[in-house]
Amino acid sequence: MTRRVRLLVLALGGAGLAALLVAACLDLPGFGRARHPYGTRAVHASLARHTANTIAAVNFDQRAFDTLGEMTILFASVLGTVVLLRQSRDEKRAAPEAERVAAPVRRYALLVLPVAVVTGLYIVAHGQLSPGGGFQGGVVAATALHLLYLGADYRALTRVRPVGAFEIGDALATCSYLVLGLACLLAGAAFLANTPLPYGTFDTLASGGTVPLLNAAVGMEVACAVVVLLAHFLDQAVEIEEEGSRSG
Amino acid sequence: MTVFPYLVAAYVFLAGCYGLATSRHLIHAVGCLSVCQAATYVLLLAVGYRDGGTAPVFSDIEPGSRPVVDPVVQALTLTDVVVGATVTALLLALVIQVVKRHGTADPDELRELRG
Repeated sequence: MTRRVRLLVLALGGAGLAALLVAACLDLPGFGRARHPYGTRAVHASLARHTANTIAAVNFDQRAFDTLGEMTILFASVLGTVVLLRQSRDEKRAAPEAERVAAPVRRYALLVLPVAVVTGLYIVAHGQLSPGGGFQGGVVAATALHLLYLGADYRALTRVRPVGAFEIGDALATCSYLVLGLACLLAGAAFLANTPLPYGTFDTLASGGTVPLLNAAVGMEVACAVVVLLAHFLDQAVEIEEEGSRSG
Repeated sequence: MTVFPYLVAAYVFLAGCYGLATSRHLIHAVGCLSVCQAATYVLLLAVGYRDGGTAPVFSDIEPGSRPVVDPVVQALTLTDVVVGATVTALLLALVIQVVKRHGTADPDELRELRG
């Protein structure tokens, strides 16, 4: 099929899809309407269980089982990436060389690094109270660690970031989410139901029953997963070379 | 104007599809897939919006004092973002392998299967 024919087919299909989408949009409930029955019920349920951040309550309480599926997708795709990016037979590992970094870059990267890591952990810890949570805070904490790559060089990063430990951490965090669900069963509730723990005082760190625990498990999993993903992509760029070529 | 945000979502989706179909580089194609996925964020957030609504977080507002937007679709959007990011990582890993095995990242040159 030539490019012209392909574009023609695409235009035909696109026009049909656009017409259907516009028809569907015209039939949707109006934008900004006041009636949101599911939203109102979710807010009600979240307040009844002393969780200030309703989105965390939806993710880790009302839809905790769906979040288990989401974590499994995350874990599976990390596993797939690790398998795809492994060192193959015709490749060898070259030791990364020391790099020179401009002094201001080094100074500010190392200055921001601890602040960024603590910010990430703060976002995870306050997931049930303020905007944020395990998913967002995990990404912040994991990427903050890579400021070391900008501020120093790849060798410094590999010293503070043992990939094996983070891979184990990723698996442990996924398991701990499952174990928390099973603990709910042992306590006589349904799987991942937020009933065994006391709900605590509204708007404090310990409020929300199992929400902060599940949130912490997800935070650890996401942080470890992002570190492992970035480590394997960086390996491809910095360390792994084809046999016989030095430029990589 | 009550359908305008939905139409924006449809437009973003179609723009991503156009990019996917005419892509000449696999990394560009992965980027276009992310554009398609961004359309679902726009659609979900538009569905959940309530006039004058604020974020459904009650650590600094009194419950019931202000309208809040729908938290269910916000949680769905969060799920969508996370899954989108990991799928993008997986696809980029596949692109690296394709370039290593076939020496090209142009989808048009990847026609025939090779053992």
